[in-house]
Amino acid sequence: MVKPIAKQAVKQTNAAGELTHLLTLEGMPKEQIVQILDTAQQFVSVTDPAREVKKVPLLRGKSVFNLFFENSTRTRTTFEIAANRLSADVINLDISTSSTAKGESLIDTIDNLIAMQADILVVRHNVSRAPMEIAQHVPSFVHVINAGDGSHQHPTQGLLDMYTMRHFKHDFRNLKVAIIGDIVHSRVAKSNIHALTTLGCPEIRVIGPESLLPSDLDMLGVKVFHEMEAGLKGVDVVMTLRIQKERMEEGQVPEGNAFFKQFGLTQARLALAKPDAIVMHPGPMNRGVEIESAVADGPQSVILQQVTFGIAVRMAVMSMVAGN
Amino acid sequence: MKAEVLYRKLLVELQAHLEGASVNLSAAQINQPIFLAGLAVGGAWLAERLAKDLALPQFGVINVAFHRDDYAEKGLSAMRSASSMPTHLPFEVNGAHIILIDDVLSTGRTVRAALNELFDFGRPARVELMVLADRGKRELPIAADFVAEFIDLPEQQILALEKDADGHFHFHIEERHG
Repeated sequence: MVKPIAKQAVKQTNAAGELTHLLTLEGMPKEQIVQILDTAQQFVSVTDPAREVKKVPLLRGKSVFNLFFENSTRTRTTFEIAANRLSADVINLDISTSSTAKGESLIDTIDNLIAMQADILVVRHNVSRAPMEIAQHVPSFVHVINAGDGSHQHPTQGLLDMYTMRHFKHDFRNLKVAIIGDIVHSRVAKSNIHALTTLGCPEIRVIGPESLLPSDLDMLGVKVFHEMEAGLKGVDVVMTLRIQKERMEEGQVPEGNAFFKQFGLTQARLALAKPDAIVMHPGPMNRGVEIESAVADGPQSVILQQVTFGIAVRMAVMSMVAGN
Repeated sequence: MKAEVLYRKLLVELQAHLEGASVNLSAAQINQPIFLAGLAVGGAWLAERLAKDLALPQFGVINVAFHRDDYAEKGLSAMRSASSMPTHLPFEVNGAHIILIDDVLSTGRTVRAALNELFDFGRPARVELMVLADRGKRELPIAADFVAEFIDLPEQQILALEKDADGHFHFHIEERHG
C-alpha cells in the first residue's frame, strides 16, 4: 500500500468563504454542500430535451486538465462531459505514457501544466492527500478538484450520492443509510459519511467484516454491523461498495464467493430494508461479488441515475471554483 | 410609482397588440404562434399573470444565469437569486413570435443574455420586448417595444419588483452595496 501524505490544514475556500478548490467533504459546512446541490439542480436543465444547444458558455476559454494517476473510466469521462457542457477545453493526460513515467516529480508535472495555462486541475491519485499538496502549490487562479485520492476522499462522488439521495428521498433528517462492504479502503464511504453527518442524517450504518471496517474517529457516530440481516432492517438507502482488491493485504477479505455469501446484496436481503429503499453503488460494480444482478438491475436500483447526476454535480463544482 | 397601475397599462397594451397583430400582419406572420416568455424572476411573475388575465394557454420562463456576462467578475453568486426558476419554454421556439417580458430594463445586459438563452432552444421568427419600467442608462444597443413607464433613478439604487401573498406587485427600492 502507498503511504499517505501527512494530514495538514489545507484551505479549499477564499477569504470570503467561497469554494476555490474541492478537496474534501470533511468539515465542509452544510450551507456549502446545499449550495452545490442546488447549483447542480440548475445544471440538470442543460440537458432538457427542448434545449437544442446542450451546452452553456460559462467556462468558455478555460482549460480543464484531467490528471488521472490512477485508472478511472466513469469519473474521468463524466468530468470530461461536464467540462464540455460548460464549453471548457478539456485535456486528458495519459499519465502512464507521460513524463511521470519517466521520473518527473508531481510538482514538476503541475508546474508544467500551469505553464500551459491550466485553469482547473482534476486530480486522481493513489496517494492520499496528493490533491491537497497540489492545491497548496498552485497559484490562486488555478483550481484543484479532487477526483479521488488513495483511501482518503472522493468529494464529487460523495456530492453526487447526496444529490441522488435528496432527489429520491427529499430530506436527510429522517433517513437511515446503510453502507456495505469495504469501508476501510473506501474514499467514497468516507466522503459519504462526512456529508451525511453534516446534512443531519440521523442514522448511518456500516456493514462488513471486521477486517474491512476502520476503527478511527472518521467513524464517530456510525453504527457498526457485522451481519447484513440486522444492518439492513428498516433502512431507506442501501449503498454497496466494490471490494478494492488493489488496496488490500492478503487474507483481509473472505475469498471467492464467501464474501457474497455473507455480505452480498441479494433480493432476499434487500427485502429487509424499507419497501421503497433505493440501492446505490458508486461503480465499478462486481456482479456476484458485492451485489446480485437481480438487485443491480432491479426496480429499486438508482445506480445509473447516480452516473447521470454526477455530470450535473461536476458541472456545478467546476463552475463554482472557477468563478471564485 | 405604483407597480399595479403599470401592470394594468402593460396588460392593456399587450391585449391591443395581440388583437392588432392579426390586423396589421402579413399572411405569413398571422400563422406565427405568439408566446409570452418572462425573465426570471420578476418578468416570469408578470408573464404568468398576463397569461392568466388574457386566458393564454401557456407562458414561458427564461433564466439568464448560464449566459450572464459577469461570471468572470462575480462567479456563480449572481446565478443564485433566480436558481429556483429554470428556463421552461413549453412551446416550439422554432418559427414562433415571442414576446419577452421583464420588470425593469436598464443596461440591456440581461436582455442580451435572455436572447442567447432563448436561441439555445431554437430560432424564433420574431422577438419583441415588453417591460414594466425602463430606467435608461443603456450599455448595449437594445430597446423595448413596449414600456409601461420610463423612470429616472439614481444609479446606486436598485429597483426590484416584489409580489405579495395576494399576487399583487410592488416596487422595492434598495441602495446598492459596494
